[in-house]
Amino acid sequence: MEALMETLMGNVDWAEIGWASWDTLVMVGMSLLFSVLIGLPVGVLLFLFGKRQLLEQPVAYAVLSFVVNVLRSVPFIILLIVMIPFTVMLIGTSLGVAGAIPPLVAGGAPFFARLVETSLREVDRGIIEATQAMGANVRQIIFGALLPEALPGIIAGITVTAITLVSYAAMSGVIGGGGLGDLAIRFGYQRFQTDVMVITVALLVIFVQLLQMAGDRLVLYFSRK
Amino acid sequence: MIVFDQVQKSYQVAGRAIPALHATSMTIETGEVFGIVGHSGAGKSTLVRLINMLEPATGGRILIDNEDITRYSAAELRAFRRKVGMIFQHFNLLSSKTVADNIAFPMKLAGIYSKTEIRERVEELLARVSLSDHANKYPSQLSGGQKQRVGIARALACRPTILLCDEATSALDPQTTQSVLKLLGDINKELGLTIVLITHEMDVVRRVCDRVAVMDAGRVVEMGPVSDVFLHPQHPTTRDFVFESENVDRDELQEDLQKANGRILRLTFKGESTYKPLLGSVARESGVDFSILSGRIDHIKDTPYGQLTLSLVGGDLDIAMQALEAADVHVEVVR
Repeated sequence: MEALMETLMGNVDWAEIGWASWDTLVMVGMSLLFSVLIGLPVGVLLFLFGKRQLLEQPVAYAVLSFVVNVLRSVPFIILLIVMIPFTVMLIGTSLGVAGAIPPLVAGGAPFFARLVETSLREVDRGIIEATQAMGANVRQIIFGALLPEALPGIIAGITVTAITLVSYAAMSGVIGGGGLGDLAIRFGYQRFQTDVMVITVALLVIFVQLLQMAGDRLVLYFSRK
Repeated sequence: MIVFDQVQKSYQVAGRAIPALHATSMTIETGEVFGIVGHSGAGKSTLVRLINMLEPATGGRILIDNEDITRYSAAELRAFRRKVGMIFQHFNLLSSKTVADNIAFPMKLAGIYSKTEIRERVEELLARVSLSDHANKYPSQLSGGQKQRVGIARALACRPTILLCDEATSALDPQTTQSVLKLLGDINKELGLTIVLITHEMDVVRRVCDRVAVMDAGRVVEMGPVSDVFLHPQHPTTRDFVFESENVDRDELQEDLQKANGRILRLTFKGESTYKPLLGSVARESGVDFSILSGRIDHIKDTPYGQLTLSLVGGDLDIAMQALEAADVHVEVVR
Protein backbone atom coordinates (compact mmCIF):
# COMPACT_ATOMS: atom_id res chain seq x y z
CA MET A 1 0.00 0.00 0.00
CA GLU A 2 2.72 2.41 1.04
CA ALA A 3 4.75 1.41 -1.99
CA LEU A 4 1.78 2.09 -4.24
CA MET A 5 1.25 5.56 -2.71
CA GLU A 6 4.99 6.23 -3.16
CA THR A 7 4.90 5.47 -6.89
CA LEU A 8 1.60 7.29 -7.51
CA MET A 9 2.15 10.37 -5.37
CA GLY A 10 5.89 10.49 -4.80
CA ASN A 11 6.09 14.25 -5.22
CA VAL A 12 3.22 15.15 -2.90
CA ASP A 13 4.27 16.96 0.27
CA TRP A 14 1.14 16.72 2.38
CA ALA A 15 2.18 19.43 4.83
CA GLU A 16 2.67 21.79 1.91
CA ILE A 17 -0.76 20.84 0.56
CA GLY A 18 -2.24 21.55 3.98
CA TRP A 19 -0.71 25.03 4.15
CA ALA A 20 -1.72 25.82 0.61
CA SER A 21 -5.31 24.76 1.33
CA TRP A 22 -5.35 26.99 4.38
CA ASP A 23 -3.97 29.90 2.34
CA THR A 24 -6.66 29.45 -0.28
CA LEU A 25 -9.28 29.37 2.45
CA VAL A 26 -7.96 32.62 3.94
CA MET A 27 -7.73 34.35 0.56
CA VAL A 28 -11.25 33.35 -0.43
CA GLY A 29 -12.68 34.12 3.03
CA MET A 30 -11.09 37.57 3.38
CA SER A 31 -11.75 38.64 -0.19
CA LEU A 32 -15.36 37.40 0.05
CA LEU A 33 -15.84 39.41 3.24
CA PHE A 34 -14.57 42.62 1.63
CA SER A 35 -16.38 41.93 -1.64
CA VAL A 36 -19.67 41.69 0.26
CA LEU A 37 -18.92 44.72 2.44
CA ILE A 38 -18.19 46.84 -0.64
CA GLY A 39 -20.43 45.14 -3.21
CA LEU A 40 -23.64 45.19 -1.14
CA PRO A 41 -23.91 48.97 -0.70
CA VAL A 42 -22.75 49.54 -4.29
CA GLY A 43 -25.41 47.08 -5.53
CA VAL A 44 -28.09 48.82 -3.45
CA LEU A 45 -27.05 52.20 -4.88
CA LEU A 46 -27.02 50.83 -8.43
CA PHE A 47 -30.58 49.63 -7.85
CA LEU A 48 -31.82 52.86 -6.25
CA PHE A 49 -30.23 55.10 -8.91
CA GLY A 50 -31.66 53.00 -11.75
CA LYS A 51 -34.41 54.00 -14.14
CA ARG A 52 -37.85 54.47 -12.53
CA GLN A 53 -36.47 53.49 -9.13
CA LEU A 54 -36.72 55.19 -5.75
CA LEU A 55 -33.79 57.61 -6.13
CA GLU A 56 -33.55 57.76 -9.92
CA GLN A 57 -30.19 59.45 -10.69
CA PRO A 58 -29.17 58.90 -14.31
CA VAL A 59 -25.73 60.54 -13.95
CA ALA A 60 -24.76 58.79 -10.70
CA TYR A 61 -26.01 55.51 -12.14
CA ALA A 62 -23.97 55.95 -15.32
CA VAL A 63 -20.76 56.71 -13.37
CA LEU A 64 -21.17 53.82 -10.92
CA SER A 65 -22.20 51.44 -13.65
CA PHE A 66 -19.17 52.44 -15.74
CA VAL A 67 -16.72 51.75 -12.91
CA VAL A 68 -18.33 48.37 -12.25
CA ASN A 69 -18.26 47.49 -15.94
CA VAL A 70 -14.60 48.46 -16.33
CA LEU A 71 -13.53 46.28 -13.39
CA ARG A 72 -15.65 43.42 -14.68
CA SER A 73 -14.48 43.61 -18.27
CA VAL A 74 -10.76 43.44 -17.49
CA PRO A 75 -9.73 39.76 -17.53
CA PHE A 76 -8.79 38.82 -13.98
CA ILE A 77 -5.27 37.76 -14.91
CA ILE A 78 -4.67 41.29 -16.26
CA LEU A 79 -6.37 42.89 -13.25
CA LEU A 80 -3.91 40.99 -11.03
CA ILE A 81 -0.98 42.66 -12.77
CA VAL A 82 -2.55 46.10 -13.17
CA MET A 83 -3.36 46.16 -9.45
CA ILE A 84 0.26 45.49 -8.31
CA PRO A 85 1.32 49.13 -7.67
CA PHE A 86 -1.96 49.87 -5.92
CA THR A 87 -1.65 46.73 -3.79
CA VAL A 88 1.91 47.65 -2.76
CA MET A 89 0.68 51.12 -1.79
CA LEU A 90 -2.17 49.64 0.22
CA ILE A 91 -0.48 46.82 2.17
CA GLY A 92 3.23 47.06 1.38
CA THR A 93 3.57 43.95 -0.77
CA SER A 94 1.96 42.38 -3.80
CA LEU A 95 3.06 38.89 -2.86
CA GLY A 96 1.66 36.11 -0.71
CA VAL A 97 -1.80 35.72 0.72
CA ALA A 98 -2.13 39.36 1.81
CA GLY A 99 -0.96 40.65 -1.56
CA ALA A 100 -3.60 38.62 -3.38
CA ILE A 101 -6.53 40.01 -1.44
CA PRO A 102 -6.81 43.55 -2.96
CA PRO A 103 -6.99 42.30 -6.59
CA LEU A 104 -9.44 39.58 -5.50
CA VAL A 105 -11.70 42.22 -3.94
CA ALA A 106 -11.33 44.42 -7.02
CA GLY A 107 -12.60 41.49 -9.07
CA GLY A 108 -15.21 40.18 -6.60
CA ALA A 109 -16.90 43.37 -5.34
CA PRO A 110 -18.19 44.68 -8.70
CA PHE A 111 -19.28 41.18 -9.65
CA PHE A 112 -21.25 40.86 -6.41
CA ALA A 113 -22.66 44.41 -6.76
CA ARG A 114 -24.29 43.45 -10.08
CA LEU A 115 -25.76 40.31 -8.52
CA VAL A 116 -27.20 42.41 -5.67
CA GLU A 117 -28.68 44.90 -8.14
CA THR A 118 -30.31 42.07 -10.10
CA SER A 119 -31.80 40.39 -7.05
CA LEU A 120 -33.23 43.71 -5.81
CA ARG A 121 -34.86 44.23 -9.19
CA GLU A 122 -36.54 40.86 -8.76
CA VAL A 123 -38.45 42.21 -5.74
CA ASP A 124 -42.08 42.82 -6.71
CA ARG A 125 -42.65 46.55 -7.29
CA GLY A 126 -45.99 46.16 -5.56
CA ILE A 127 -44.18 45.48 -2.29
CA ILE A 128 -42.20 48.71 -2.63
CA GLU A 129 -45.43 50.57 -3.44
CA ALA A 130 -47.23 49.04 -0.45
CA THR A 131 -44.35 49.98 1.85
CA GLN A 132 -44.36 53.53 0.49
CA ALA A 133 -48.12 53.69 1.03
CA MET A 134 -47.50 52.85 4.72
CA GLY A 135 -45.46 56.03 5.04
CA ALA A 136 -42.00 54.46 4.95
CA ASN A 137 -38.96 56.57 4.05
CA VAL A 138 -36.26 55.32 1.68
CA ARG A 139 -34.07 53.89 4.48
CA GLN A 140 -37.05 51.97 5.88
CA ILE A 141 -37.94 50.66 2.43
CA ILE A 142 -34.37 49.38 1.92
CA PHE A 143 -33.88 47.75 5.32
CA GLY A 144 -37.48 46.83 6.09
CA ALA A 145 -38.65 45.52 2.75
CA LEU A 146 -36.09 45.37 -0.09
CA LEU A 147 -33.19 43.59 1.61
CA PRO A 148 -35.31 41.04 3.54
CA GLU A 149 -37.30 40.25 0.38
CA ALA A 150 -34.14 39.90 -1.73
CA LEU A 151 -32.22 37.93 0.93
CA PRO A 152 -32.41 34.49 -0.77
CA GLY A 153 -31.18 36.06 -4.03
CA ILE A 154 -28.38 37.89 -2.24
CA ILE A 155 -27.24 34.68 -0.50
CA ALA A 156 -27.23 32.90 -3.86
CA GLY A 157 -25.13 35.83 -5.12
CA ILE A 158 -22.65 35.40 -2.24
CA THR A 159 -22.32 31.71 -3.16
CA VAL A 160 -21.62 32.48 -6.82
CA THR A 161 -19.13 35.20 -5.82
CA ALA A 162 -17.34 32.83 -3.40
CA ILE A 163 -16.95 30.22 -6.13
CA THR A 164 -15.67 32.81 -8.58
CA LEU A 165 -13.18 33.93 -5.93
CA VAL A 166 -11.91 30.33 -5.55
CA SER A 167 -10.93 30.32 -9.20
CA TYR A 168 -9.56 33.89 -9.03
CA ALA A 169 -7.53 32.94 -5.93
CA ALA A 170 -6.04 29.98 -7.82
CA MET A 171 -5.11 32.36 -10.65
CA SER A 172 -3.29 34.67 -8.25
CA GLY A 173 -0.62 31.94 -7.99
CA VAL A 174 0.72 33.33 -11.27
CA ILE A 175 1.95 36.52 -9.57
CA GLY A 176 3.08 34.69 -6.44
CA GLY A 177 -0.18 34.81 -4.58
CA GLY A 178 0.12 31.58 -2.58
CA GLY A 179 -2.44 28.87 -1.99
CA LEU A 180 -3.42 25.83 -4.02
CA GLY A 181 -3.14 27.68 -7.34
CA ASP A 182 0.42 28.67 -6.53
CA LEU A 183 1.24 25.03 -5.73
CA ALA A 184 -0.35 23.80 -8.93
CA ILE A 185 1.62 26.27 -11.02
CA ARG A 186 5.00 25.86 -9.31
CA PHE A 187 4.97 22.06 -8.97
CA GLY A 188 2.24 20.71 -11.19
CA TYR A 189 2.97 22.91 -14.19
CA GLN A 190 6.57 24.12 -14.01
CA ARG A 191 8.04 20.85 -12.61
CA PHE A 192 5.70 18.46 -14.41
CA GLN A 193 4.54 16.88 -11.14
CA THR A 194 1.21 15.58 -12.37
CA ASP A 195 0.32 14.05 -8.99
CA VAL A 196 0.48 17.48 -7.30
CA MET A 197 -1.67 18.92 -10.07
CA VAL A 198 -4.28 16.19 -9.60
CA ILE A 199 -4.43 16.67 -5.84
CA THR A 200 -4.77 20.47 -6.01
CA VAL A 201 -7.47 20.26 -8.67
CA ALA A 202 -9.34 17.64 -6.64
CA LEU A 203 -9.15 19.82 -3.54
CA LEU A 204 -10.44 22.86 -5.46
CA VAL A 205 -13.34 20.81 -6.84
CA ILE A 206 -14.24 19.61 -3.34
CA PHE A 207 -14.01 23.18 -2.03
CA VAL A 208 -16.35 24.51 -4.72
CA GLN A 209 -18.81 21.66 -4.13
CA LEU A 210 -18.92 22.37 -0.40
CA LEU A 211 -19.48 26.09 -1.01
CA GLN A 212 -22.30 25.43 -3.45
CA MET A 213 -24.00 22.98 -1.09
CA ALA A 214 -23.77 25.34 1.87
CA GLY A 215 -25.07 28.22 -0.25
CA ASP A 216 -28.01 26.22 -1.60
CA ARG A 217 -28.99 25.17 1.92
CA LEU A 218 -28.93 28.74 3.17
CA VAL A 219 -31.00 29.94 0.21
CA LEU A 220 -33.56 27.25 0.92
CA TYR A 221 -33.62 28.13 4.61
CA PHE A 222 -34.36 31.79 3.90
CA SER A 223 -36.83 31.25 1.04
CA ARG A 224 -40.46 31.82 1.99
CA LYS A 225 -41.94 31.86 -1.47
CA MET B 1 -64.05 64.31 3.31
CA ILE B 2 -61.94 64.01 0.18
CA VAL B 3 -62.31 66.88 -2.27
CA PHE B 4 -60.85 66.84 -5.77
CA ASP B 5 -60.63 70.35 -7.13
CA GLN B 6 -59.76 70.40 -10.83
CA VAL B 7 -57.22 67.63 -10.25
CA GLN B 8 -55.32 66.42 -13.26
CA LYS B 9 -52.51 64.01 -13.92
CA SER B 10 -50.39 63.53 -17.00
CA TYR B 11 -47.29 61.50 -17.72
CA GLN B 12 -44.28 62.65 -19.70
CA VAL B 13 -43.74 60.16 -22.48
CA ALA B 14 -40.94 60.98 -24.92
CA GLY B 15 -41.20 64.67 -24.06
CA ARG B 16 -44.96 64.84 -24.56
CA ALA B 17 -47.55 65.09 -21.79
CA ILE B 18 -49.97 62.18 -22.02
CA PRO B 19 -53.05 62.85 -19.87
CA ALA B 20 -54.07 60.00 -17.56
CA LEU B 21 -56.72 62.02 -15.73
CA HIS B 22 -58.38 65.10 -17.19
CA ALA B 23 -59.32 67.92 -14.81
CA THR B 24 -61.69 66.29 -12.33
CA SER B 25 -63.67 67.73 -9.46
CA MET B 26 -65.61 65.58 -7.03
CA THR B 27 -66.25 65.02 -3.36
CA ILE B 28 -66.09 61.79 -1.41
CA GLU B 29 -67.98 62.05 1.89
CA THR B 30 -66.58 60.85 5.21
CA GLY B 31 -67.77 57.34 6.06
CA GLU B 32 -69.10 56.40 2.66
CA VAL B 33 -68.03 53.54 0.41
CA PHE B 34 -67.19 55.21 -2.87
CA GLY B 35 -66.70 53.06 -5.94
CA ILE B 36 -64.74 53.97 -9.03
CA VAL B 37 -65.48 51.71 -11.95
CA GLY B 38 -63.83 51.68 -15.35
CA HIS B 39 -62.08 49.49 -17.88
CA SER B 40 -58.33 49.00 -17.54
CA GLY B 41 -56.54 52.12 -18.70
CA ALA B 42 -59.51 54.37 -17.88
CA GLY B 43 -57.49 56.16 -15.20
CA LYS B 44 -59.04 54.67 -12.08
CA SER B 45 -55.71 53.31 -10.74
CA THR B 46 -54.21 56.76 -11.18
CA LEU B 47 -57.18 58.40 -9.46
CA VAL B 48 -56.94 56.23 -6.34
CA ARG B 49 -53.14 56.72 -6.13
CA LEU B 50 -53.59 60.48 -6.16
CA ILE B 51 -55.35 60.20 -2.79
CA ASN B 52 -52.20 58.98 -1.00
CA MET B 53 -49.87 60.70 -3.48
CA LEU B 54 -48.25 57.49 -4.69
CA GLU B 55 -48.83 59.39 -7.90
CA PRO B 56 -48.39 63.15 -7.45
CA ALA B 57 -51.02 65.28 -9.20
CA THR B 58 -49.80 67.52 -12.00
CA GLY B 59 -52.54 70.10 -11.46
CA GLY B 60 -55.34 71.11 -9.11
CA ARG B 61 -55.80 70.58 -5.39
CA ILE B 62 -56.73 67.55 -3.31
CA LEU B 63 -58.24 68.49 0.04
CA ILE B 64 -58.53 65.85 2.72
CA ASP B 65 -60.40 67.12 5.76
CA ASN B 66 -59.73 70.64 4.44
CA GLU B 67 -55.96 70.18 4.13
CA ASP B 68 -54.34 70.46 0.73
CA ILE B 69 -52.20 67.30 0.58
CA THR B 70 -50.52 68.36 -2.66
CA ARG B 71 -48.60 70.98 -0.61
CA TYR B 72 -47.30 68.53 1.99
CA SER B 73 -43.56 68.23 2.65
CA ALA B 74 -42.01 64.75 2.40
CA ALA B 75 -42.23 64.24 6.18
CA GLU B 76 -45.82 65.51 6.36
CA LEU B 77 -46.74 63.21 3.50
CA ARG B 78 -45.29 60.16 5.27
CA ALA B 79 -47.22 61.02 8.44
CA PHE B 80 -50.39 61.49 6.37
CA ARG B 81 -49.95 58.15 4.60
CA ARG B 82 -50.10 56.32 7.93
CA LYS B 83 -53.69 57.50 8.19
CA VAL B 84 -54.57 56.09 4.78
CA GLY B 85 -54.64 52.29 4.51
CA MET B 86 -54.34 50.60 1.15
CA ILE B 87 -55.02 47.10 -0.13
CA PHE B 88 -53.99 45.72 -3.50
CA GLN B 89 -55.08 43.29 -6.20
CA HIS B 90 -52.01 41.13 -5.67
CA PHE B 91 -51.97 41.72 -1.89
CA ASN B 92 -48.32 42.89 -1.88
CA LEU B 93 -47.51 41.15 1.39
CA LEU B 94 -43.86 40.74 2.35
CA SER B 95 -43.03 37.11 1.64
CA SER B 96 -40.15 37.21 4.12
CA LYS B 97 -42.36 38.15 7.08
CA THR B 98 -44.95 36.10 8.94
CA VAL B 99 -48.63 37.07 8.94
CA ALA B 100 -48.24 38.73 12.36
CA ASP B 101 -45.08 40.59 11.28
CA ASN B 102 -46.77 41.79 8.09
CA ILE B 103 -49.60 43.29 10.14
CA ALA B 104 -47.13 44.80 12.62
CA PHE B 105 -44.97 46.25 9.81
CA PRO B 106 -46.77 49.62 9.32
CA MET B 107 -46.84 50.16 13.11
CA LYS B 108 -43.09 49.47 13.33
CA LEU B 109 -42.44 51.88 10.46
CA ALA B 110 -44.44 54.56 12.24
CA GLY B 111 -42.05 54.29 15.19
CA ILE B 112 -44.58 55.64 17.69
CA TYR B 113 -45.97 52.40 19.11
CA SER B 114 -44.56 50.34 21.98
CA LYS B 115 -43.92 46.62 21.57
CA THR B 116 -46.90 45.79 23.78
CA GLU B 117 -49.17 48.10 21.79
CA ILE B 118 -48.09 46.45 18.57
CA ARG B 119 -48.57 42.92 19.93
CA GLU B 120 -52.02 43.68 21.28
CA ARG B 121 -53.14 45.46 18.11
CA VAL B 122 -51.90 42.59 15.92
CA GLU B 123 -53.80 40.05 18.03
CA GLU B 124 -56.93 42.17 17.86
CA LEU B 125 -56.67 42.54 14.08
CA LEU B 126 -55.92 38.85 13.53
CA ALA B 127 -59.11 38.04 15.43
CA ARG B 128 -61.04 40.68 13.45
CA VAL B 129 -60.11 39.06 10.12
CA SER B 130 -60.43 35.51 11.57
CA LEU B 131 -56.78 34.56 11.08
CA SER B 132 -55.67 34.10 14.70
CA ASP B 133 -54.56 30.52 13.97
CA HIS B 134 -52.33 31.64 11.12
CA ALA B 135 -50.27 34.30 12.94
CA ASN B 136 -46.93 32.54 12.45
CA LYS B 137 -47.45 31.33 8.90
CA TYR B 138 -45.83 32.92 5.89
CA PRO B 139 -47.97 34.45 3.10
CA SER B 140 -47.04 31.65 0.68
CA GLN B 141 -48.87 29.20 2.97
CA LEU B 142 -52.18 31.10 2.70
CA SER B 143 -55.01 31.10 0.15
CA GLY B 144 -55.82 34.21 -1.87
CA GLY B 145 -58.72 35.19 0.36
CA GLN B 146 -56.60 34.75 3.49
CA LYS B 147 -53.83 36.85 1.96
CA GLN B 148 -56.27 39.66 1.24
CA ARG B 149 -57.54 39.48 4.82
CA VAL B 150 -53.95 39.89 6.01
CA GLY B 151 -53.75 42.85 3.61
CA ILE B 152 -56.87 44.37 5.18
CA ALA B 153 -55.57 43.81 8.73
CA ARG B 154 -52.25 45.40 7.76
CA ALA B 155 -54.03 48.37 6.20
CA LEU B 156 -56.03 48.91 9.40
CA ALA B 157 -53.05 48.58 11.78
CA CYS B 158 -52.42 52.30 12.30
CA ARG B 159 -56.17 53.06 12.61
CA PRO B 160 -56.55 54.91 9.32
CA THR B 161 -59.52 57.13 8.47
CA ILE B 162 -59.44 56.24 4.77
CA LEU B 163 -59.04 52.82 3.16
CA LEU B 164 -58.07 52.63 -0.51
CA CYS B 165 -58.85 49.38 -2.34
CA ASP B 166 -57.07 48.84 -5.63
CA GLU B 167 -58.94 46.03 -7.44
CA ALA B 168 -58.90 44.24 -4.10
CA THR B 169 -61.09 41.34 -5.24
CA SER B 170 -60.04 41.00 -8.87
CA ALA B 171 -57.65 38.13 -8.18
CA LEU B 172 -60.15 36.21 -6.04
CA ASP B 173 -62.80 33.64 -6.89
CA PRO B 174 -66.49 34.66 -6.59
CA GLN B 175 -67.07 33.15 -3.14
CA THR B 176 -63.92 34.65 -1.66
CA THR B 177 -64.79 37.97 -3.31
CA GLN B 178 -68.10 37.91 -1.48
CA SER B 179 -66.52 37.27 1.92
CA VAL B 180 -63.88 39.97 1.39
CA LEU B 181 -66.56 42.47 0.30
CA LYS B 182 -68.63 41.59 3.35
CA LEU B 183 -65.59 42.19 5.57
CA LEU B 184 -65.04 45.59 3.91
CA GLY B 185 -68.70 46.48 4.41
CA ASP B 186 -68.59 45.47 8.08
CA ILE B 187 -65.39 47.46 8.67
CA ASN B 188 -66.97 50.50 7.04
CA LYS B 189 -69.97 50.27 9.39
CA GLU B 190 -68.02 49.46 12.56
CA LEU B 191 -65.22 51.98 12.18
CA GLY B 192 -66.95 54.66 10.12
CA LEU B 193 -63.96 54.49 7.79
CA THR B 194 -64.17 56.09 4.34
CA ILE B 195 -63.55 53.45 1.67
CA VAL B 196 -62.52 54.30 -1.88
CA LEU B 197 -62.68 51.21 -4.01
CA ILE B 198 -61.71 50.79 -7.64
CA THR B 199 -62.88 47.86 -9.69
CA HIS B 200 -63.81 46.81 -13.19
CA GLU B 201 -66.74 44.77 -11.92
CA MET B 202 -70.10 46.52 -11.51
CA ASP B 203 -71.14 43.67 -9.24
CA VAL B 204 -68.58 44.73 -6.63
CA VAL B 205 -69.98 48.26 -6.74
CA ARG B 206 -73.54 46.94 -6.41
CA ARG B 207 -72.68 44.92 -3.32
CA VAL B 208 -70.83 47.42 -1.17
CA CYS B 209 -70.76 50.95 -2.54
CA ASP B 210 -72.93 53.90 -1.59
CA ARG B 211 -71.93 56.07 -4.52
CA VAL B 212 -70.04 55.37 -7.70
CA ALA B 213 -68.08 57.24 -10.34
CA VAL B 214 -67.77 55.70 -13.79
CA MET B 215 -64.54 56.47 -15.61
CA ASP B 216 -63.75 56.34 -19.28
CA ALA B 217 -60.57 57.53 -21.01
CA GLY B 218 -59.34 59.62 -18.10
CA ARG B 219 -62.66 61.30 -17.32
CA VAL B 220 -65.42 60.71 -14.81
CA VAL B 221 -68.40 60.27 -17.16
CA GLU B 222 -71.10 59.54 -14.61
CA MET B 223 -71.37 59.82 -10.85
CA GLY B 224 -74.10 59.36 -8.29
CA PRO B 225 -75.76 57.02 -5.79
CA VAL B 226 -75.25 53.42 -6.86
CA SER B 227 -78.98 52.75 -7.26
CA ASP B 228 -79.38 55.69 -9.68
CA VAL B 229 -76.33 54.85 -11.74
CA PHE B 230 -77.04 51.15 -11.71
CA LEU B 231 -80.76 51.24 -12.50
CA HIS B 232 -80.77 54.24 -14.82
CA PRO B 233 -77.37 54.36 -16.49
CA GLN B 234 -76.98 57.37 -18.79
CA HIS B 235 -73.53 57.13 -20.36
CA PRO B 236 -72.79 54.36 -22.89
CA THR B 237 -69.82 53.13 -20.81
CA THR B 238 -72.02 52.82 -17.75
CA ARG B 239 -74.62 50.92 -19.75
CA ASP B 240 -71.94 48.52 -20.96
CA PHE B 241 -70.89 47.86 -17.37
CA VAL B 242 -74.44 47.29 -16.18
CA PHE B 243 -75.25 44.94 -19.07
CA GLU B 244 -72.00 43.08 -18.47
CA SER B 245 -72.75 42.59 -14.79
CA GLU B 246 -76.24 41.27 -15.58
CA ASN B 247 -74.92 38.84 -18.16
CA VAL B 248 -77.30 40.26 -20.73
CA ASP B 249 -76.51 39.70 -24.37
CA ARG B 250 -77.60 42.92 -26.05
CA ASP B 251 -78.19 41.37 -29.46
CA GLU B 252 -80.36 38.64 -28.04
CA LEU B 253 -82.30 41.20 -26.05
CA GLN B 254 -82.94 43.25 -29.19
CA GLU B 255 -84.19 40.16 -30.99
CA ASP B 256 -86.55 39.32 -28.15
CA LEU B 257 -87.91 42.86 -28.16
CA GLN B 258 -88.55 42.76 -31.90
CA LYS B 259 -90.58 39.59 -31.60
CA ALA B 260 -92.76 41.01 -28.81
CA ASN B 261 -96.12 42.67 -29.52
CA GLY B 262 -97.55 45.93 -28.20
CA ARG B 263 -95.97 48.50 -25.95
CA ILE B 264 -92.71 47.64 -24.22
CA LEU B 265 -92.01 49.11 -20.78
CA ARG B 266 -89.10 48.75 -18.40
CA LEU B 267 -90.23 48.89 -14.79
CA THR B 268 -87.85 49.54 -11.94
CA PHE B 269 -88.91 48.73 -8.40
CA LYS B 270 -86.84 49.84 -5.46
CA GLY B 271 -87.08 49.20 -1.74
CA GLU B 272 -90.54 48.27 -0.42
CA SER B 273 -92.29 48.29 -3.79
CA THR B 274 -90.15 45.31 -4.82
CA TYR B 275 -92.26 43.05 -2.63
CA LYS B 276 -95.76 44.38 -3.60
CA PRO B 277 -98.02 42.12 -5.73
CA LEU B 278 -98.44 44.96 -8.17
CA LEU B 279 -98.52 43.56 -11.70
CA GLY B 280 -101.62 41.38 -11.20
CA SER B 281 -103.73 44.17 -9.73
CA VAL B 282 -102.64 46.67 -12.39
CA ALA B 283 -103.53 44.17 -15.12
CA ARG B 284 -107.00 43.60 -13.63
CA GLU B 285 -107.75 47.31 -13.20
CA SER B 286 -106.57 48.39 -16.65
CA GLY B 287 -107.45 45.29 -18.61
CA VAL B 288 -103.96 45.00 -20.16
CA ASP B 289 -102.29 41.66 -20.74
CA PHE B 290 -98.58 41.47 -20.09
CA SER B 291 -95.74 39.12 -20.77
CA ILE B 292 -92.34 39.36 -19.08
CA LEU B 293 -89.46 39.66 -21.58
CA SER B 294 -86.65 39.88 -19.07
CA GLY B 295 -86.27 40.56 -15.41
CA ARG B 296 -84.02 40.56 -12.41
CA ILE B 297 -84.60 40.88 -8.70
CA ASP B 298 -81.59 41.54 -6.51
CA HIS B 299 -80.04 43.85 -3.95
CA ILE B 300 -78.05 47.05 -4.26
CA LYS B 301 -76.04 47.03 -1.03
CA ASP B 302 -78.96 46.55 1.44
CA THR B 303 -81.77 47.81 -0.79
CA PRO B 304 -83.82 45.28 -2.74
CA TYR B 305 -84.72 46.16 -6.30
CA GLY B 306 -86.40 44.61 -9.29
CA GLN B 307 -86.21 45.47 -12.94
CA LEU B 308 -88.67 43.97 -15.42
CA THR B 309 -89.10 44.46 -19.14
CA LEU B 310 -92.73 43.83 -20.12
CA SER B 311 -94.74 43.90 -23.30
CA LEU B 312 -98.30 45.12 -22.79
CA VAL B 313 -101.21 44.27 -25.10
CA GLY B 314 -104.85 45.51 -25.06
CA GLY B 315 -106.70 47.32 -22.24
CA ASP B 316 -106.07 50.90 -21.18
CA LEU B 317 -102.35 51.58 -21.26
CA ASP B 318 -102.59 55.02 -19.64
CA ILE B 319 -104.40 53.71 -16.60
CA ALA B 320 -101.81 50.95 -16.26
CA MET B 321 -98.91 53.40 -16.41
CA GLN B 322 -100.55 55.78 -13.95
CA ALA B 323 -101.20 52.96 -11.51
CA LEU B 324 -97.58 51.80 -11.72
CA GLU B 325 -96.20 55.28 -11.21
CA ALA B 326 -98.56 55.84 -8.29
CA ALA B 327 -97.04 52.75 -6.66
CA ASP B 328 -93.55 54.29 -6.81
CA VAL B 329 -92.45 52.24 -9.77
CA HIS B 330 -90.15 53.92 -12.26
CA VAL B 331 -91.62 53.41 -15.73
CA GLU B 332 -89.56 53.78 -18.86
CA VAL B 333 -91.13 53.34 -22.30
CA VAL B 334 -88.79 51.26 -24.43
CA ARG B 335 -91.02 51.12 -27.49
